[in-house]
Amino acid sequence: MVGGSNPSEPVFYIFKGMNKVMKGTKSFSLLDHNIVPHHLLLSENEASQVLKKYNIDKEQLPKIKVKEPVILEIGGQVGDIVKIIRTSKTAGEAEFYRLVIE
Amino acid sequence: MFKTVPKRIKEIRFGLISPKEYRKMSVTRVITADTYDDDGFPIEMGLMDPRMGVIDPGLRCKTCGGRAGECPGHFGHVELIAPVIHVGFAKLIRKILRATCRECSALLLDSNQKKKYLEQIRTMRKMGQPIEDITNEVFKEARKPKICMYCGAGQLDIKVEKPSTYVEKMGDHDHKLMPSDIRVRLEKISNEDIEVIGMDPNNARPEWVILTVLPVPPVTMRPSITLESGQRSEDDLTHKLVDIIRINQRFQENREAGAPQLIIEDLWELLQYHVTTFMDNAVSGVPPARHRSGRPLKTLSQRLKGKEGRFRGSLSGKRVNFSARTVISPDPNLSVSEVGVPLSIAMEMTIPVYVTKRNIEQVREYIRRGPDNHPGANYIERSDRRRIKVTDSNCEEMAETVELGWKIDRQLKNGDIVLFNRQPSLHRMSIMAHNVKVLPHKTFRLNPAVCPPYNADFDGDEMNMHVLQTEEARAEAMMLIHVQENILSPRFGGPIIGGIHDHISGMYLLTRGDSRLSKSEILDMLSKTKIEELSEPAGEVDGKPYWTGKQAVSHILPSGLNMAYKAGICEDCDTCKEENCELDAYVLVKDGQLLSGTIEEKAVGAFKGLIVDKIIKDYGSARGLQFINDATMLGIKGIMHYGFSFGISDEDIPNEASIQISELLGEAEDRVMNLILVYNEGNLEPLPGRTVDETLELKIMQELGKARDSTGNIAGKYLGLENAAVVMAVSGARGSMLNLTQMAGCVGQQAVRGERIKRGYEGRTLSNFHTGDLGAAAHGFVKNSYKSGLSPTEYFFHAIGGREGLVDTAVRTSQSGYLQRRLVNALQDLEVQYDGTVRDTRGMVVQFRYGEDGIDPMKSEFSKPQAIKWIIESVTSKEVE
Repeated sequence: MVGGSNPSEPVFYIFKGMNKVMKGTKSFSLLDHNIVPHHLLLSENEASQVLKKYNIDKEQLPKIKVKEPVILEIGGQVGDIVKIIRTSKTAGEAEFYRLVIE
Repeated sequence: MFKTVPKRIKEIRFGLISPKEYRKMSVTRVITADTYDDDGFPIEMGLMDPRMGVIDPGLRCKTCGGRAGECPGHFGHVELIAPVIHVGFAKLIRKILRATCRECSALLLDSNQKKKYLEQIRTMRKMGQPIEDITNEVFKEARKPKICMYCGAGQLDIKVEKPSTYVEKMGDHDHKLMPSDIRVRLEKISNEDIEVIGMDPNNARPEWVILTVLPVPPVTMRPSITLESGQRSEDDLTHKLVDIIRINQRFQENREAGAPQLIIEDLWELLQYHVTTFMDNAVSGVPPARHRSGRPLKTLSQRLKGKEGRFRGSLSGKRVNFSARTVISPDPNLSVSEVGVPLSIAMEMTIPVYVTKRNIEQVREYIRRGPDNHPGANYIERSDRRRIKVTDSNCEEMAETVELGWKIDRQLKNGDIVLFNRQPSLHRMSIMAHNVKVLPHKTFRLNPAVCPPYNADFDGDEMNMHVLQTEEARAEAMMLIHVQENILSPRFGGPIIGGIHDHISGMYLLTRGDSRLSKSEILDMLSKTKIEELSEPAGEVDGKPYWTGKQAVSHILPSGLNMAYKAGICEDCDTCKEENCELDAYVLVKDGQLLSGTIEEKAVGAFKGLIVDKIIKDYGSARGLQFINDATMLGIKGIMHYGFSFGISDEDIPNEASIQISELLGEAEDRVMNLILVYNEGNLEPLPGRTVDETLELKIMQELGKARDSTGNIAGKYLGLENAAVVMAVSGARGSMLNLTQMAGCVGQQAVRGERIKRGYEGRTLSNFHTGDLGAAAHGFVKNSYKSGLSPTEYFFHAIGGREGLVDTAVRTSQSGYLQRRLVNALQDLEVQYDGTVRDTRGMVVQFRYGEDGIDPMKSEFSKPQAIKWIIESVTSKEVE
């Protein structure tokens, strides 16, 4: 669009019973999908260690919304830090951290 | 640790300035059109009133007390006797006049509509979307009613006479709307209606587009120049303001004297004209205001607009001192890190030198030589910062008077470090630091081996040179952007500078097989390099010692170098015979001695250059630079020794080869006809996922492609390895086997969008063919070679294919250029911190480890994790899988 535009709110589709056993199907976890990277909730202790390691505030971390399906799946709350382990072309496996926000 | 997060601009609001605000920001009312009195002092309340800022050095501003340069200048104002229209808003005024009632100034929409539009505007604003579409619709709808729905007044058509005259049609006679009438109408518009037309009543009342007060820009914005004769010359803007004030005064006098309406109207129009041209001197329908000489005046909008305007000319791009630009040309005798600077440029460009106890004698010598005797000095700056030009007549005297603490501007001389640049500066290697070599003639000279990083050639390219002015800058340039620090590209971790073209052909000729050189020959070979000791000869023939070409190369390799790799000419045999390879494709270096293998592009070429890469990573960039210098010199000596030329007769192939080729092509055409026959009978078996038509096309393309390749093989076989084009293609110096095939064998299928040529007439490409002909020749197969010459139809098809190539490159460069611009803009502030994280300026983490693996690609081995492999290879001198 000419002049640029502000991105609108992202849409999250929340299916009823996403975390429940659907009729006639086995329950599934998003994390089992091979292109969804592994997400881990950090404990308070671990989180503060991460912040100390990089010498940063929580706010300086990349963000992720609570409504994001993976965060719903692992039950993250606003203010939590998640550790993401991605497969990387250069390093094999790479660690990322994100702050859960509203 | 205390961290401050930089403030962010939340919003920028644009609006109109009200007359009240103009008066408030004004420091003086300007009433006289005069500038300076007879004594040369600015007149109070005149156009050069000292309260509006100072331009003369020594004086102080009467408003802020700042000196010239400190005081930013202050606005004044002129009270216009009658309101005039601001041309920039002529269109808006027209739209508003047509959309509002001529009696009560109500927006001619019913309240429901107004509510609806207001709602839409507010939601669009909230989403940050443009509201133009809605307001345009408002204006369009509000123009329709013939009678005001609020006061019942009939509406009249409003005609516009460009640029700023509005006429109401009253029956058969026209009534001209004066700016004052318009202002009255605009004043009456209610705040609610203003919002519906997309304006903000607090920031931009519509009547403010009719000027009653004119701001007078500060003196600092329109400085007067004192000519050498002592005469003052005023800025174009001042001239225009003089006109405005004069007419304004005359208008007032005439009105007070009760002059007839006709004269008043004329003066009003004149005032309008002057205010219009003050804003914009290029309005269509208005003759531009001119200087006495006939030159059009440069007024406000001319200062901003266009290529030389404030935005494109002064803010996005600026000019710098201590820079030079000229055409480039090659000089293979220069070092790769040098740049040849024309003497005339070297004598113009200077480096500041501070006079100290240690260099005062040197400085005296520079001054004594004067400005016309390179390397001399052009200027002297005394300790009181007064600058004296060194001339032929005063140089002897100045050389004696020079004192410690003075500064001289010394001319550029050999060995100075300068920055060298070629646009477009797409990567960091587009600007590199070179050492100066002052040379005669008028072009910058550079070693052809540095062409790849600049992407330069010598078909008329120009390059820029910048002379560094401080010791810090020179030190930084030496350590960070000197050519030798940029041989390795941070893009892929390999050398971007290396041998090109003849350097590679020469090295190839010198090292292939067991070429032998006599003592005088090898000495000549190495004469341009820095080698001073000759190794033991390889053997003796008829009592005369001889050296091999490989030994010549061994001389320039650092001792202790161990390498093993397969050269580019390797044909990937099932079992590698290593040193005993028939093709001499296994390069083996032990302790700096080239034992086997041919040196070609993969060894020393730009972008590939395995040996260059290895030397830089093991012996440092200085040794790498020396190796490139030696290798290019040796390569050129080599190619000169063997002699190298290429002409049209080098594409000659024997008769039997031509017969073989035409037979082969004939067979291919038969096979294509056969395919078409099968297709026509409906017996063609479609490939999976394809239609029958697509299958036919694919099979024909495949058949013809195969045919062309085999003609290339035949041609290549008959040309032999001694052929210059073959040498260039095999060594990687220039050209490919495909180019050779097209020259000597067969040009092959011409394609548009990857398909055979189909466009043209209905059912056929050209009227030379039958409708529905699916054969090779009818769809752009060129069976001739460039040497044998193309038939008229082939020539036409070739032109079609060639044009597509040109269009593609043009489109690609513009698209990729814009893509890169956007990426650079988005990423330019990101920085790799010492802890390996990538962060922006606010300290927000973007990556927790740079590139996820924390590897600097420039220091990697061609961006691959091969460090251990390399260590094993250099210890064992064997290639490791």
